[in-house]
Amino acid sequence: MMPDQDTGLSLAIAQIVQRLKGSSFHSQLERQARISLHKPEIKLESLKEDIKEFLKTSGWEKKLQNAVYSELNVFPSPCHPAASPEHMKEPLVYMRKAQGSWEKRILKSLNSMCTELSIPLAQKRPIGGQKELLNKWNEMGTDEPDLSLFRPVYAPKDFLEVLMNLRNPNYENGDQPSFRNHLGLIQVPLKVKDIPELRDYFSELGLNIGQLGIDDSTQVPPELFENEHVRIGQTVLTERDSAAAQQYVRQGCPTALRAELWALILNISNQPEDILYYEQLKSNVIHHDLLVDSLIYKDVKLTASNDDYYFVFEDYLYQVLLCFSRDTSVLEHFSYNSANPPKSYIRGKLGVEEYAVFYPPNGVIPFHGFSMYVAPLCFLYHEPSKLYQIFREMYVRFFFRLHSISSHPSGIVSLCLLFETLLQTHLPQLFYHLREIGAQPLRISFKWMVRAFSGYLATDQLLLLWDRILGYNSLEILAVLAASVFAFRAVNLMEVTSLAAAEAVLADLSTLKVMPLLQIFLFATVT
Amino acid sequence: MRKHQNSPVKNKHLQFSKIKMKPRACIRFKCALTNTILDILRQRPGWVEVKEEGEWDFYWCDVSWLRENFDHTYMDEHVRICHFRNHYELTRKNYIVKNLKRFRKQIEREAGKLEATKCDFFPKTFEMPSEYHLFVEEFRKNPGITWIMKPVARSQGRGIFLFRKLKDVIDWRKVRHVLSLLAPPEFFGKDGVRTDDQKDETQVENYVAQCYIENPYLIGGRKFDLRVYVLVMSYIPLKAWLYRDGFARFSNTRFTLNSIDDHYVHLTNVAVQKTAPDYDPEKGCKWMIQRFRQYLTAKHGAEQVETLFAEMDNIFIKSLQSVQKVIISDKHCFELYGYDILIDQDLKPWLLEVNASPSLTASSQEDCELKCRLLKDTLHVVDMEGRLTGKEKRVGGFDLMWNDGPVSRAEGNVDTPVNGSFMANTCLGYNNDRKKQLKQLFKLLHTQQKV
Repeated sequence: MMPDQDTGLSLAIAQIVQRLKGSSFHSQLERQARISLHKPEIKLESLKEDIKEFLKTSGWEKKLQNAVYSELNVFPSPCHPAASPEHMKEPLVYMRKAQGSWEKRILKSLNSMCTELSIPLAQKRPIGGQKELLNKWNEMGTDEPDLSLFRPVYAPKDFLEVLMNLRNPNYENGDQPSFRNHLGLIQVPLKVKDIPELRDYFSELGLNIGQLGIDDSTQVPPELFENEHVRIGQTVLTERDSAAAQQYVRQGCPTALRAELWALILNISNQPEDILYYEQLKSNVIHHDLLVDSLIYKDVKLTASNDDYYFVFEDYLYQVLLCFSRDTSVLEHFSYNSANPPKSYIRGKLGVEEYAVFYPPNGVIPFHGFSMYVAPLCFLYHEPSKLYQIFREMYVRFFFRLHSISSHPSGIVSLCLLFETLLQTHLPQLFYHLREIGAQPLRISFKWMVRAFSGYLATDQLLLLWDRILGYNSLEILAVLAASVFAFRAVNLMEVTSLAAAEAVLADLSTLKVMPLLQIFLFATVT
Repeated sequence: MRKHQNSPVKNKHLQFSKIKMKPRACIRFKCALTNTILDILRQRPGWVEVKEEGEWDFYWCDVSWLRENFDHTYMDEHVRICHFRNHYELTRKNYIVKNLKRFRKQIEREAGKLEATKCDFFPKTFEMPSEYHLFVEEFRKNPGITWIMKPVARSQGRGIFLFRKLKDVIDWRKVRHVLSLLAPPEFFGKDGVRTDDQKDETQVENYVAQCYIENPYLIGGRKFDLRVYVLVMSYIPLKAWLYRDGFARFSNTRFTLNSIDDHYVHLTNVAVQKTAPDYDPEKGCKWMIQRFRQYLTAKHGAEQVETLFAEMDNIFIKSLQSVQKVIISDKHCFELYGYDILIDQDLKPWLLEVNASPSLTASSQEDCELKCRLLKDTLHVVDMEGRLTGKEKRVGGFDLMWNDGPVSRAEGNVDTPVNGSFMANTCLGYNNDRKKQLKQLFKLLHTQQKV
């Protein structure tokens, strides 16, 4: 039973208050209030009101608002007080189970690599090695370690196989071919939005609303939309209001304001303590050598270093990803992620819970293409500690959903289903044709969605897409874009007769313009 | 409509005598290179290739042909050739230094000191060996800075080295001297030293010593330079076009001043990169200039980037003006220059060098597409077909940058007087929607012709 609205609200408030109490923001706020006591305008008789007034005028009220807003964006609204913590991670039992067995497989694969290569999961670096690493921290990419024996723990296509085999035990799939169940690869019944719902949800992307990525092109005089939009963006930044920034970016960020706007939405301010925190993670990297480091190296070399856009940022990627693997604060996101951090045991104590540690320390095992989540951010942030925080926040808000099995609307399963449903409903001939020739559309689009299109689109287009992810606090736009791409190339796709040929038609997305594609698909198609 | 009716002087001694032509059915071209440009010329509708001694209307020659034949070749009015006779005034490192220094003095005299500082985009440079003593004086004044030594007539980064101690230069001079005694001049010629004109046929190869920019702007810890294309159709009056595309070339290794022996770090020429042990040609190491401009905008804001690009425009124009009076202006000639620009951490652009024969061999798919666009549009501007009115401000990816004076972006033809706020008609790093523009342009010209 759902709690009624009022109890729901007070539960949510209680949850947020509790979470904020433990944060460094809380202590900062407290310190400010205490300092204010020395100010002449704070009177004893009206202490409470005066302090409130002070916090308001000094901008701390705004900061509190942003912190609350950030909590609201990240954490799911609380469920019934009687519900178990698992319920908050993932309400559907079969999803939880599937995620659990997938995790076991990954961990087994990691452990067997460990045994095969006889490399420990973690070891202290000798002093000489520490010094060496410290010296080349800014140029780790120049290192060419022999990684031929390492292989990515898994690739998107392995994950797709798992998703294809997902079944809801309470739902009669049957072997009877029916209209719905046999056409797509995803066979679980989840509620996904249809076009009218999407139009409503993404109403700011409508044809009559100014869009960066469309209305800033050379044919449109800048005074019509762009100049005004930039001006509003500057106002949003001066106001330091997360909620306003989030609403604003739905129409796209001007290039010059994007870095600050995203930071505002994600509530990242790069305070001295944040920089210190990053430095601590860095020193953890220097002191300990983890097996996942090699996986990270391998992944960067296989993906970003070979990318025409991102090769320049290779060193940044190591500086972010190696620190990320050591960051135990990432573990917090497992309270709302269907996944559980993998455990490992101190040598000789296998299975003894007291000797269990999370491995890697952040609980996230990187897979093939993981570094592409960081690469586009390097375009915006140049200071490693800030880049790091932005990435971590993007990960715990969005990216984790792209490789864990859950029923969340932004989860990869829902995205796959949304994609297949859109295509099946609006381009049935194309869908049928591709399926007949053995080129299931999802087999092609899955990797785009798992990587949030990073490495597939041109950087400017990718950033315009991610603007909308942040703006709507949702990944559903990825599925809509994937379907739009198929719609855009439908004529060519109708002519192909094999999976390889279909893949060739869709191999190069770097020339696509994201916003026009989305608009046409969502708003200009007759339904 | 055309005015090339003046009768050619028929002189049997001329190597290539051209017979005047009525509106030509086809354009006969010759091409000395076998890379992208040849493909583009062959694809051009109505153009036919001539080989060896055949007569031509258009010749994409190399500079050595120019040196040997230009002076005794008669060219009909419509004939075009892709270099100016003494292009080296701009493209040889020692000459450009001399020309810029002289031009700066002239500006200072005529317009004052402040105006003259607009010429300070070339790192302090001395000609070796002739200015050796001036160099030593300068070197002693500012000890500890790094200098770079470049052979004047070589290109693509060959023969370059860095030094910080005077002793290194003295040693180097000694070695050069010994070598020059031992070997005939051809000894140095094996990798193209003497491909250019050399007025002073000395034994020792000429070098310039240039103050090395120690604070280059880095992206991802890497050094890079920019390659930008400028097309000059005439020097008197100066008429120059700037191409919208270009690229940033990244060094494969990370920038540090600690190891100045490792010259792979410092040179961002692709030609040098190719010999680095870990060079992977598949990677390309290039960013299109649009991406570079966007990256800078994300980091510094649009305003600072506008200023930087305006300063780059200033470099192109000032450098061309500095040679305007020495280059032999000839209506048959046009030239496509490749400008190499370095940007420092204060976002100040520096001119490294100008190439008269920019590498037209493509290093990657993206690079190949860029060069094809560039060359096609160059041919559109050269306009052998005679389709243009001569008043266009934009042709394909080329924007008219200078037409005996600055060109405004405001609507209208080149003749439209400049009023109000002036906005330069340059679009380096803008979206290059050339196909659309060309379609519109030629459609418009076609209808005008009918009228």
